[in-house]
Amino acid sequence: MSDSLSLVSILTLLPFVGGIAVLLAGRAGRAPARLTALIFATAAVAITALMWWRFQPSAPGIQLQEWHAWEPAIGLAYHVGIDGLSLLMVAVSSIVVLMSVAASWKNEKQGAAYFSFLLFLEMGLFGTFTALNFLHWFLFWELSLIPAFFLIRIWGGSARARAATQFFVYTMVGSIALLLSFLALFLASGSFDFVELTRMAQNGQLAAAIGQNLHWHQWDTGHITMALFCGVFLGFAVKTPVVPFHGWLASTYSEAAPETTMVLTGALSKMGVYGFLRILLPIFPEQMWRARTVLLWLAIATIVLPAFTAWVQNDLKKMFAFGSINHLGYCILGITAVAGSSLATAAQVHEKAAALTGVMLQLFSHGITAAALFWFLALLARRSGGLTGLHEFGGLRRRVPIFSGLMGIALFASLGLPGLIGFPGEFLIFKGVFPLDWWAAALALPGLLMTAVFLLTILQRVFSGPLSERWTGMPDLSLAEQWMLAPVIVVLFAVGLYPQVISGMVHATVMQFVGLVRY
Amino acid sequence: MLAWTIYLSFIGAIAVSIMPAKSAAAARITALLTTLLGLGIAVVAVAQQPSGQLLTIARKPWIPTLGIEYHLAADGISLVMVLLTGIAAVAGVLFSWNIDRRVKDFFALYLILIGAVYGVFLSFDLFDLFVFYEIAIIPKYFLIAIWGSTRREYAAMKLVLYSFAGSALVLAGLIAAYVVSGGRTLSLDALAHFPFPAHFQMWAFPLVFVGFAVLAGMWPFHTWAPTGHAAAPTAASMLLAGVVMKLGAYGCLRVAMMLFPHGLDSWGFHVLGFGSWQQVFAVLAVIGIVYGASIALVQKDLKFVVGYSSVSHMGFVLLGLMTLNQIGMSGGVYQMFSHGIIAGLLFAVVGRMVYERTHTRDLPELSRIPLARLIPFAAVTFVLAFMASIGLPGFTGFIAELEVLIGSWRAFPWMSWIAGLGILIGIAFSWRALQATFFGEAETVSEPLPAITLPERLGACLLLASTIALGLYPRLLMGLILPALNGPLFEQLRRSGWR
Amino acid sequence: MSGYVDLLRLTAPEIVVTLAGLLLLILDLSLLRRASLAARFRSAVLIGCAGCIVAVLWLERMAAQGALPAGMLVVNSLTQLLQLALLALAIMVLLLALSARFTTHAGEYCSLILFATVAMMLLVSTQNLLVIFITIEFLSLSLYVLTAFDKESSQSAEAGLKYFLYGGMSAGILLFGMSLLYGISGSLALEPIAAAVSSLPSDPLLTLGIVMVMTGFGFKIAAAPFHMWAPEVYQGAPTSSASLVASSSKVASFFALFVVFSIGLAGAAGSAELGNHSAGWTGLMAVVAAASMLWGNLAAIAQTSVRRLLAFSAVGHAGYMLIALVAHSRQSLIALVYYVVTYALATAGAFAVLGALEDEKIDSIVDFKGLAKRAPDLSFCLLIFLLSLAGIPPLSGFFGKFYVFTAALNQGSHLGLLWLVLLALATSMVSFYYYLKVLKQAYVAEPTAGATAIHAPASKRAICWIVAALVVLLGCLPDLLLNKIAAAVPNAFR
Repeated sequence: MSDSLSLVSILTLLPFVGGIAVLLAGRAGRAPARLTALIFATAAVAITALMWWRFQPSAPGIQLQEWHAWEPAIGLAYHVGIDGLSLLMVAVSSIVVLMSVAASWKNEKQGAAYFSFLLFLEMGLFGTFTALNFLHWFLFWELSLIPAFFLIRIWGGSARARAATQFFVYTMVGSIALLLSFLALFLASGSFDFVELTRMAQNGQLAAAIGQNLHWHQWDTGHITMALFCGVFLGFAVKTPVVPFHGWLASTYSEAAPETTMVLTGALSKMGVYGFLRILLPIFPEQMWRARTVLLWLAIATIVLPAFTAWVQNDLKKMFAFGSINHLGYCILGITAVAGSSLATAAQVHEKAAALTGVMLQLFSHGITAAALFWFLALLARRSGGLTGLHEFGGLRRRVPIFSGLMGIALFASLGLPGLIGFPGEFLIFKGVFPLDWWAAALALPGLLMTAVFLLTILQRVFSGPLSERWTGMPDLSLAEQWMLAPVIVVLFAVGLYPQVISGMVHATVMQFVGLVRY
Repeated sequence: MLAWTIYLSFIGAIAVSIMPAKSAAAARITALLTTLLGLGIAVVAVAQQPSGQLLTIARKPWIPTLGIEYHLAADGISLVMVLLTGIAAVAGVLFSWNIDRRVKDFFALYLILIGAVYGVFLSFDLFDLFVFYEIAIIPKYFLIAIWGSTRREYAAMKLVLYSFAGSALVLAGLIAAYVVSGGRTLSLDALAHFPFPAHFQMWAFPLVFVGFAVLAGMWPFHTWAPTGHAAAPTAASMLLAGVVMKLGAYGCLRVAMMLFPHGLDSWGFHVLGFGSWQQVFAVLAVIGIVYGASIALVQKDLKFVVGYSSVSHMGFVLLGLMTLNQIGMSGGVYQMFSHGIIAGLLFAVVGRMVYERTHTRDLPELSRIPLARLIPFAAVTFVLAFMASIGLPGFTGFIAELEVLIGSWRAFPWMSWIAGLGILIGIAFSWRALQATFFGEAETVSEPLPAITLPERLGACLLLASTIALGLYPRLLMGLILPALNGPLFEQLRRSGWR
Repeated sequence: MSGYVDLLRLTAPEIVVTLAGLLLLILDLSLLRRASLAARFRSAVLIGCAGCIVAVLWLERMAAQGALPAGMLVVNSLTQLLQLALLALAIMVLLLALSARFTTHAGEYCSLILFATVAMMLLVSTQNLLVIFITIEFLSLSLYVLTAFDKESSQSAEAGLKYFLYGGMSAGILLFGMSLLYGISGSLALEPIAAAVSSLPSDPLLTLGIVMVMTGFGFKIAAAPFHMWAPEVYQGAPTSSASLVASSSKVASFFALFVVFSIGLAGAAGSAELGNHSAGWTGLMAVVAAASMLWGNLAAIAQTSVRRLLAFSAVGHAGYMLIALVAHSRQSLIALVYYVVTYALATAGAFAVLGALEDEKIDSIVDFKGLAKRAPDLSFCLLIFLLSLAGIPPLSGFFGKFYVFTAALNQGSHLGLLWLVLLALATSMVSFYYYLKVLKQAYVAEPTAGATAIHAPASKRAICWIVAALVVLLGCLPDLLLNKIAAAVPNAFR
């Protein structure tokens, strides 16, 4: 346990400084502002890379830890660190933000204020993914809300006011439930620290503490813990989102500017799943097991329903939005299946490890892919004067071949075509879930199918078919845009062909999580 | 040295009032210097204070015939309050820089009010506390009645009559305590250790508590607050909501709870489901939280929204005090500080930045003016103030509400849920106000508004810096509050029922 | 026989003042016949003040203490202290009369003031029923005439007549009551009466006597329901006369009331404590106190004339002071003396301000509009006086109330008089409201268009400032006065 200001703190502070720098640079014009933003986003990626390099994949536990006392009387401490999961999330966030900065490069409406909000959002993300003390974590969780809200509210589309409000209100309700449950936990256990609470949950101390310290109308300890679990679950269910708490997402993603949605879907949505893995699973393993049937059904709903809904949409943004819910549903399925059965045989360990590795891969893949898809949407919208309807286009393949080709790659990646980044994650999840809960996996298959259907529909409607006269003058991707997109495409292929780069890194962490499910 | 906060304020008031009427600038600068000195002294005192110890500042016999002394002292809680007063005072002067009518009188009254408030927080003899408490009433009246806005004379009269009524109850309790303890002293540390008979405490406690709670805006004695704050000029509202309401809460803690802790014990029987004064006042506090927030939700006048939100926030203070455990009570005191700053911010934006430029406080009207574009500094400040007031982490409000909620989980579990509901309603009305004021669907063409002046910026920065710094680093205040709560003065309270 | 020599020695201050009064009368009627009114007033006031100052100095340096048989004259430190206060108030009233132009009878007016003062000085120095009656009558007659002195004003005449009629009737009742007490005890001195009373607690004649005496005194102190004369007199009388009525006569009357009841009728006191009630005059007095507080303060709200407002507030204050009587202890006597002296100062000061504003025809509350701009120093003094009357610290009125309430709660056991104190606090709040109404006009409202600055004569402004300073001083450092009273009380009574 180090006690010095190290990489993690620097990483978290960097975007904040960056945001201020952008504002100051913005006085001199948009160009200095966006350049500053680019510099800081790149620096964040660089530091993430440095952390990746320093990270020891085989060592279990939290690395690069820092701990400072902050306010002991209320259990608040500055405790940060990374394990495989956090590092992955941090990587996704930094990459997606960089992508978003690149996507906004030419968009005149988005100036210095936009970039600085983006960077503040990045700080919130980094903070959330590396914090190990609830209050510290909650600080960044809430802090990420504000820039996101403003990004939606100010630079969004015509119905942005309502969308932003919905986004804010839904998330807030979840946050309050989270907070109240954690306060009760603190009362019982005396700690807000995730590592500490995990340890207590593992050796039964937490249950004993709850039974001892929380006396609510003579409720049974199990019931109290379940109530707390529900509170925490609600918070993350809203964020992910899990059906039926997903009402805010479609309008938010479609009203926000596509460049903003890149970050919303690429990074912010991961916060929910991260919460499942970092908090819900380690601290409430028994409750997850007890509630497994309900949770599995919710996961299935999250996979299947949005896929069907996406199919009947008429707007590309909405389709991608629902697709996003669907993709994260696989993660929930994987986590729930892992939690839903107790550790027994070595084979089961293997399956759970597969499922969780799949979840990690899916998180990374979805982040990059969804961000890429919305980037393409942004590029399309800029060329079409803001239109993004499914039936507005047609035959674009002939007019803008490079664009169509690259977007097609992204679409196939989202679909889960083998060889691209989307495949390993989904494959591993199903591989792991089938033996554990075959019926859930079976029921989730239609979701897979529908995803393929609607993505192919997009391909067909937008890129194939006759070219309408409206788009005869549409310019193809400029050289600059091609250069910016190239690294993304490379990643889509690289990780698809060589997923070990990720799965190797998270292996120790995955095993640790698997080991947590024991009660 | 702390006593100079009081003396300097009064000296400043005299200096301002003997200046010739033409020199408004001199009056402003004198007021600013005086309040800055006061803040400086407060900061130095906080920095120097070895935490936990009671610092006696002055102790001289005043009326030996009655055993009344001129006794000033400060423990951690007093220091926190003095710091708050210092910050709020400076901010208030900065936000009143543009007053152009009877400037001298304004600042003279303002400084008298500040001096009296410092006096209350530093008094350690009940008589002195009461004297300073009453001295504060007159400037309040004139500040609102002369420089206020909506229905100012009615609002001013209502406010001072309520204050006076509350203080009348306190005086009765005070004299009763004096008489029962033998009529020898009114010093707080002596009385805090005096074993008042249990049945005496049972009625003296609610009498004194309600007397102070009226000024703290406890439901249902709160009706003076929204009217009064809405009518008052900006600096007065900042002070009234920010600091003067805290006088009431401070009195509840320092006098009612410290001297008559057994008044909070169980009665042994139940009336309407209540079994002790602790339960009664906790319920009233929670009602205040929810009621204040709900009424704020339907207000059309922006200043009334803020006024009712003050009632709601003060409910947290009272709830924290009633939890009778260390973390809840320290949360209550923390909320006193936090809300003092935040209320100052909110009133500053609403009153000074928005109203004085647009001359309207009506939400539908304001939503038609593109304020975010015209006065962006005000928009940013209001957003930050909004974040602070809904208890977002990173600001003092979060720490305070957190502690109160933890404390109330321990004491009355189900009330935490209602308080949580209150927080949600609070978010809703703050949201509505923010939307309507700065992010309404505005007509794009409108005349430019005067820019935000330097004093306003300085004032806003001062308040924002305070709430953010102490929200991120609560140790500063917690280090003062906790030792005070664990100190000898609160011993009787701890023994009687620290849960 | 040492009788007459003793008498002369003990009443030296009164004699000085009487001589001064006679002197100025003679001078005015002879030598100054031709002089201007201003000059005549000047010389009259000069002589009067000189006489009072000599009396004060005598009291300070050479005063003797002692008593005459049958309690006819009792001179001790407490009575001397009170006489000092009365003389100071007399000087103030005289100075106020300096610029009076409502009458040509300068000498008569000033000498009447002095004679009234003599009456009051004697009233506080006696413990004999007959002497009390004589001095009260002496005082009252002087005050009736002083009230009606403004021949040009019908209000003044009406006030004087009302005062006389009320006063005459109540004097009769007082005398009848006193005769009943004499009949029961066989003595006119208070100590023997006390002995007699304690041996026969519930004689109906005694009850009747007590009630009648209380009624008679109640009129003098303007307690409800005997206060009907007060509004007329306060409004109609010339300012300096009203000032005298409002201030000094209260001091003397209250003290005499206390002496009679707590010395003479101690045995029949009973108790007015809640839960511990027993029959006696305390119960009756508590009722009168409550009625005064309620009636006086509530009626004052509706007044539009400042003087009538002051009159009704005087009724309320009488109620507060009666609480000290209900408590009838040593501490409550100290409290009473402190309260009544500082109350007299504040009232005298308020009338001084009114006198200074007289030329501007300012009488009703709305006339005070914008006074802060027109006469800043006068309105500041008015602020001090009215806030002291309302009981706001750090002014002396607050401390007076505080001490009276403390003494009341200290009485008996279990805080029995709490109900009276709570009532007093509630009515204080009401009084705050109507005092604030006046101050609101002065400070908040803008002056009517065309209103000019007010230049009051320097002498009047000087009085206002000095009295205001005294009110503040005695509020911030009450011990200055309290010490003296507390030191004087033990050797006065038990």
